[in-house]
Amino acid sequence: MKVPKTKNTLIKAEDIVKVYKDEGSETTALRGVSIEINQGDFVAIMGPSGSGKSTLLHILGFLDRQSGGKYYFDGKSMDELSDDEIAKVRNKDMGFVFQAFNLLPRTSVLENVKLPLLYSGIEESKWDELARRAVESVGLTHRIEHESSQLSGGEKQRVAIARALVLEPQIIFADEPTGNLDSKSGQMVMEIIQRLNEEEGHTIILITHETYTAEHAQRIIHLLDGKIETDRKVEHRHRANDGHFIK
Amino acid sequence: MVFGHIIKTAAKGVSRNKSRSALTILGIVIGITSIMMIMSLGSGAKSLILGQIQGQMGSRVIELRPGRQPKGPTDILAIFSDSLKEKDLEELKKKSNLPHVSGIMPLVFSSASAVYGNETYRSTLYGMNELAPRMYNVVVSDGRFLSDEDVKGFADVAVIGSKVKEELFGTERDVLGKKIKIKGRNLRIIGVLPQKGQGFAFFDDSIIVPYTTAQRYILGIKYFQHIIIEADTEENVERTLEDITFTMRNSHNITDPEKDDFSMTSQADAIKMLDSVMTILTLFLTAVAAISLVVGGVGIMNIMLVSVTERTREIGLRKALGATERDILLQFMIEAVMLTSIGGIIGIIFGTSLSYITSIILSNFVGLGWEFTFPLFASFLGIGVSGIVGLVFGLYPARQASLKSPIESLRYE
Repeated sequence: MKVPKTKNTLIKAEDIVKVYKDEGSETTALRGVSIEINQGDFVAIMGPSGSGKSTLLHILGFLDRQSGGKYYFDGKSMDELSDDEIAKVRNKDMGFVFQAFNLLPRTSVLENVKLPLLYSGIEESKWDELARRAVESVGLTHRIEHESSQLSGGEKQRVAIARALVLEPQIIFADEPTGNLDSKSGQMVMEIIQRLNEEEGHTIILITHETYTAEHAQRIIHLLDGKIETDRKVEHRHRANDGHFIK
Repeated sequence: MVFGHIIKTAAKGVSRNKSRSALTILGIVIGITSIMMIMSLGSGAKSLILGQIQGQMGSRVIELRPGRQPKGPTDILAIFSDSLKEKDLEELKKKSNLPHVSGIMPLVFSSASAVYGNETYRSTLYGMNELAPRMYNVVVSDGRFLSDEDVKGFADVAVIGSKVKEELFGTERDVLGKKIKIKGRNLRIIGVLPQKGQGFAFFDDSIIVPYTTAQRYILGIKYFQHIIIEADTEENVERTLEDITFTMRNSHNITDPEKDDFSMTSQADAIKMLDSVMTILTLFLTAVAAISLVVGGVGIMNIMLVSVTERTREIGLRKALGATERDILLQFMIEAVMLTSIGGIIGIIFGTSLSYITSIILSNFVGLGWEFTFPLFASFLGIGVSGIVGLVFGLYPARQASLKSPIESLRYE
């Protein structure tokens, strides 16, 4: 249990601009986005495809650099860090969950969850313990020796969440985590994500284009054409375990 | 990244597509196999040839010949020369001239027909002295060799080789005391040389008589074709070569080294020369075999590039999860090195087995005294070289992998 007493600013983005250059033609994906997100927040980013939500997530997750504006994660800017330090931040402070799961094929659940540990500098003798605990927290202990290809979609996504969790990151970025799942599996995944936020105190940034999924968060940011259209608090949050998860 | 895990990951990468990996390393296997065989058989051939030379003639022996080193195939004067005379022999025998010498033997030879009863056989006649057994490592199997007295007394005696005995006497066993006739001179057989085998054992087909007898009564010459000089130790061979040069120039009043009318080879020289010829030959063949390693390396590079493309998403994922460029580079480099090293090890096993089989065939069916030695140096070389091929040809694909952008890789279909 690590629920922070005071809410520090974890993410501070000012006027973020992102321009893609591709063979001469320029595409502007983000046109001045400013957000502040505190530790322990659960924020959903919504918007139609092409609105720039994935681009924003990549920049917030240190996977891509902005073309203009300033971005600080936990007081650190990508511009001030070496490539190795950026890799370290992604490894230790951030967890990623992707729509397509991205598990290693022909590899067991346990080995998949261990993947971030390979790059962590943590002693190998502790890996098993940490990975088992993460698998347990998503309720897949009975599947731990199975290969990833033997799992259902929902189970795969839960393995991916366990992998994101294994190093206890400050923040988890989830990019359409329920996008490839049926409603029942999606519900289970949202249940886990909500619990991680409320019980474990993880900051969560969730990308989705489904309003219902987004309403599990405390706050919804709407993007349209690379700009923030609305940024509102969710009045009536859905509980993942209230049985109303419908696609 | 922990090293043990890098190895595990690389092993997984190699084993995930077994038949592809096997075909990829085939080039390396062939290359290393050929290098192993060339080096192993090369050293076998070398020790065989050197062994035969050393068996024939001691390593302290120096051969002094008349005439200068032939400067070309038309330089006939250099070969047919009679510049080695009795006077030179006397000079060379003086301790003051050649202090580090343990024996001197003049040598004359010619082809000659030997007659016994109705049989005539053309063989090589050698005029030697009592030192021949020591200098040429020959032992008389029957009777005795020439003695000092035989030489001094112009004795009409002969020692014959096994082939000569067979040709002249057929199955007759006791030939000692029998007389053969060469150029009208009756020679009493006092010894028979045992059969020495193939290759350099030219004494099988020879008749050896005192050089004095050969010079005066059979060949009618006053010069020597060779003078064989034996240094007292191997270390003194070089020094003795200089002493001989000095003595000969004095004896022949030569001041200009260009006009030397004699030449010398020491056994050490011959071995050294043969050794370097064999080494160059082996190196040359090895270099040819190494070309297949380059071809194999290109194959490795090709398949690693395919593998990097196939695993683009995995690379993106690993980077998103905290892998540095170095981690990715190392992962693919190790995989390439692992591939080539496996190829190298298989090549060493193949190469060693094939050389072993070849050595068995050569010694059992061809009858050569071929000795198989495990090519330890070549094995280390094989492992080292295959590893280096992996490093060199794995670098480019691994670099490509490490430079991939994480988001583009994650999006890759």
